[in-house]
Amino acid sequence: MVTAVRQPAAMPEIRNPGIALDLDWVREVRINRSAVERRAATMGTRRTVKKQWQAAWLLNAIRCLDLTTLAGDDTPGNVRRLCAKALHPLRQDMEDDLGAVGIRVGAVCVYHNLVPVAVDALSGTDLPVAAVSTGFPAGQIPLPIKLDEIRTSVRAGASEIDIVISRSLVLTGSWRALYDEVRAFREACGDAHLKTIVASGDLATLRNVGMASLVCMMAGADFIKTSTGKESVNATLPVGLVMTRAIRDYAERTGFRVGFKPAGGIRTTKQALEWEILMKEELGDDWLHPDLFRIGASSVLTDIERQLSYFLTGRYAADHHFPMP
Amino acid sequence: MTVTEIPSQLEYGPAPESREPGIDWIAQHDARFGLFINGHWSAPEGGEYFDVLNPATGLPLASAAEAGPHDVDAAVESARNAFASWSQLPGHTRARYLYALARQVQRHSRLFAVLESLDNGKPIRESRDIDIPLVARHFYYHAGWAQLMHTEFPGYESVGVVGQIIPWNFPLLMLAWKIAPALAMGNTVVLKPAEFTPLTALLFGEVVERAGLPPGVVNIITGDGRTGELMVSHPGVDKIAFTGSTEVGRIIRRTTAGSGKKLSLELGGKSPFVVFDDADLDSVVEGVVDAIWFNQGQVCCAGSRLLVQESVEERLLAKIRARMERLRIGDPLDKAVDIGAIVAPVQLQKIQSLVQQGVEEGAEMWQPSWACPQEGFFYPPTLFTNVSPAATIAQVEIFGPVLVSMSFRTPAEAVALANNTPYGLAASVWSENINLTLDVARQIKAGTVWVNSTNLFDAASGFGGYRESGYGREGGREGLFEYMKPAPREGAISGETAGEPDATAPGVPPIDRTPKLFIGGKQVRPDSGYSTVIRGASGQVIGEVGTGNRKDVRNAVEAAQAARAWSDSFGHQRAQILYYMAENLSARQDEFAGRISLQTGRSRDDAAEEVDRSIERLFTFAAWADKFDGLVHHTPFRTISIAMPEPIGVMAAVAPRELPLLGFISVIASPISMGNRVVAVPSEAYPLSATDLYQVLETSDLPAGVVNIVTGPRAAVASVLAAHDNVDAIWYFGDDQGVRDVEAASAGNMKRTWAHQEDRDLWLLTASGLDELLLRESTQVKNIWVPYGE
Repeated sequence: MVTAVRQPAAMPEIRNPGIALDLDWVREVRINRSAVERRAATMGTRRTVKKQWQAAWLLNAIRCLDLTTLAGDDTPGNVRRLCAKALHPLRQDMEDDLGAVGIRVGAVCVYHNLVPVAVDALSGTDLPVAAVSTGFPAGQIPLPIKLDEIRTSVRAGASEIDIVISRSLVLTGSWRALYDEVRAFREACGDAHLKTIVASGDLATLRNVGMASLVCMMAGADFIKTSTGKESVNATLPVGLVMTRAIRDYAERTGFRVGFKPAGGIRTTKQALEWEILMKEELGDDWLHPDLFRIGASSVLTDIERQLSYFLTGRYAADHHFPMP
Repeated sequence: MTVTEIPSQLEYGPAPESREPGIDWIAQHDARFGLFINGHWSAPEGGEYFDVLNPATGLPLASAAEAGPHDVDAAVESARNAFASWSQLPGHTRARYLYALARQVQRHSRLFAVLESLDNGKPIRESRDIDIPLVARHFYYHAGWAQLMHTEFPGYESVGVVGQIIPWNFPLLMLAWKIAPALAMGNTVVLKPAEFTPLTALLFGEVVERAGLPPGVVNIITGDGRTGELMVSHPGVDKIAFTGSTEVGRIIRRTTAGSGKKLSLELGGKSPFVVFDDADLDSVVEGVVDAIWFNQGQVCCAGSRLLVQESVEERLLAKIRARMERLRIGDPLDKAVDIGAIVAPVQLQKIQSLVQQGVEEGAEMWQPSWACPQEGFFYPPTLFTNVSPAATIAQVEIFGPVLVSMSFRTPAEAVALANNTPYGLAASVWSENINLTLDVARQIKAGTVWVNSTNLFDAASGFGGYRESGYGREGGREGLFEYMKPAPREGAISGETAGEPDATAPGVPPIDRTPKLFIGGKQVRPDSGYSTVIRGASGQVIGEVGTGNRKDVRNAVEAAQAARAWSDSFGHQRAQILYYMAENLSARQDEFAGRISLQTGRSRDDAAEEVDRSIERLFTFAAWADKFDGLVHHTPFRTISIAMPEPIGVMAAVAPRELPLLGFISVIASPISMGNRVVAVPSEAYPLSATDLYQVLETSDLPAGVVNIVTGPRAAVASVLAAHDNVDAIWYFGDDQGVRDVEAASAGNMKRTWAHQEDRDLWLLTASGLDELLLRESTQVKNIWVPYGE
């Protein structure tokens, strides 16, 4: 049976406009690392999905994928290839057999220089192009240049901007400055959506991650994102717990829903499922769709394809049976 | 097979663990199990069997044998025969057997887990990830203690045949907690699993066979309470170890009173879960899940009383309700289920009726919107708010997935509410302020306190109760003493030398003295208004002491209760006072020697030696006051796990008849050195050495109420003390009848007892073994778990 997959909206209808900086709230953040780690450790053991349910969850993971290439040797050639894969993440026969005709990833994510190439490759589709920005990955460039970079990417056709925050502002407790910085990024984005990368691996403590997440949301982030993929520690489930709980807290108190994007180090089907389980458990079903959930990754797609192929055939496939991104 | 559409809501779907291996194993035994006695499987002599149900379906899984008197006899005899050689094996040999058991459990871990979930109804996630790994860990850990017993515990020996009775909530884990330390310390066992859940114990019997343990070292007999009674009253059993309800624990205490059986009891609880306003509330919510919805809440240490600071109460309760809505209940063999089945209809009914009572008493009940499965025995997670401490559901152990919530305003009120229970098994304290958490952890009366965590278990950390949650510890170094006893002593010095009593000098009579009672730091007249004449060795009247009665005991206990500050004082302070007592006693050495001689007719030299030894004993416990250290356990968590000896509280000490001064000093010095307050009853025959001490106590800066002395008819006074619920422990040294009475009466509040027949040599021991014994009997171990990491 073949049914076309309805691609949901890429972004929520009502954007988070941000709120005034509430320092009392920021300082109230309490994170108990050991307790968070205990919860994270059982996230994938308390819940599991099998058989057709697992297949459905994996197809959903594909829909939420920000298919990414962020390498010094990126060229128009490999970016075009990535875009082709983004539009056809599954081999046609699998698409048919799974009843997932028309499935595509959530977005393509590239450096600014490759934005025009990606926009061109995806023209005629509404698949968004995301650009990493603001001196990605370290963010150690002057603010005006950061703002200029955002505007340039938006002009080039990027509809999502993945910015990096200045980690020094977190490490020195300069919450006002961080708020102002992200506010400025948001304004520079205009209609493009703002994903703020807190670079959790650089923030030293989970409490810093929680406080930084909150400040970014107050400043108007559409998404908060764990990592650049370039820190020594990338997306971990404990960090994910802290950030999703911050999102929940923010939604409960303000009514605005902010999305979440774990990124970096997500390579296996099992990891993708764990992240989905975390979203369902901590934030609920609404946060399982690409308007509020993205997974920043690339190689995970091949592993998901292998798993889906096993589901369809009962046999383990070789990587070279799947079109490479 | 296709996925027709990605649903807008992603559901989990069924994720069943295969039950076939468990069902196959049962089928291999024709679904009928015998008794494992002396290394063989046999049918019960009475031919009686009972059904074992699957709580998730209500249908029978198998039938198991009801062990009768003959079977229990055979099991005890087999254990007795095996004990002779097992206890004499080198520790290394026993270590090899325990290691083999650990490896066997690991090799068959999934079968154990599946069987456990089939039989008990607990989610496979828990049996697979918690119960069975902890079982293996327990055998590994105790293999180590078997290896080290001889070097680490010289002067100790095995107890003998141990009867072990375990509950249905953690069937195999409780078996491991019982069997591993018993075997490690050279005992042999007769173990009875609960009649609801015998299957994993029976599989364990096969594992014992396969591991090649000598026949009779482990005997597994099944049956209901009748079998348990036979074990408890069996004269061939040297020790009973029981985990279960306080109600049954009380019966066991009374049954074994005066039998000389060693006893350890791990009983019920109503453990507080204390949340301060600066806690990580989202983590608290997960803690609550682990506290009360772990194993359907059928956990003796379940955090069943949520005490939350008023300022965050509403926020926390909202979070908890939201979380409850997401819990999944259902087939225990489903890998994505949080709550399985309640073990049996009787337990389900008990939960239902207590919840009903809670509603009737005016508490607000909340349950998630989803429904439980129709077949099998299920009960939804339940939250009660608007609960007062007076409500039944706030006091009674429900042993089900039911949480009651109350609020507090200040740390002091949190502690008061936490301790407002007859139980004292465990507690959980949540705050990001380490000063506050440790302060509260110290003040809560419970054997285990988890800081910012809950229901963490490990073989290296002793688990057990304060108050009516029982006594004895399981796990850790502290748990081993339940399965060892001091070896027969050699080299005890005889203190007695026959001698002529001193002639009383004729002439001017001595000034008349009136020894009253010593209560609350004052000498007070006995309530009765009577005095008892005390005669010397030659029958002459040498004094009169007050005849204490129950009101005097009541007053003495009140005075001791009021002297709470002593328990919070530092060892260094207590040491100074004990030294000072020794100094003041020494100044009056001749007088005390004379009095001993006058009362007992022993020679002056001999009496002087008793005084010397009494002074030395005061020095000994002055020395120990700041040296009986706790331990930091090596648990496999990023946690500082502190095992801390704490005073028991108010202790009654009924002194031995002989050795009027040394005996008396011995029973008060250790308890007060450890911070207890004491109500002491001197030798009935020779009380004057104790009454003479009043002035020593008064001049030694001992705070009022720390030592209270009630003279009078020992049996009557002791029985009032043993039955007093504000007395936390009692030491008694006397005759068989007295031991029996004291042990039986102690069941009222399950106070700890150390009661023995008069053993004069014990008090003359100078070996360190006596010190350690006295110190252990003067303290209870609290394990505080402090996870760290920012």
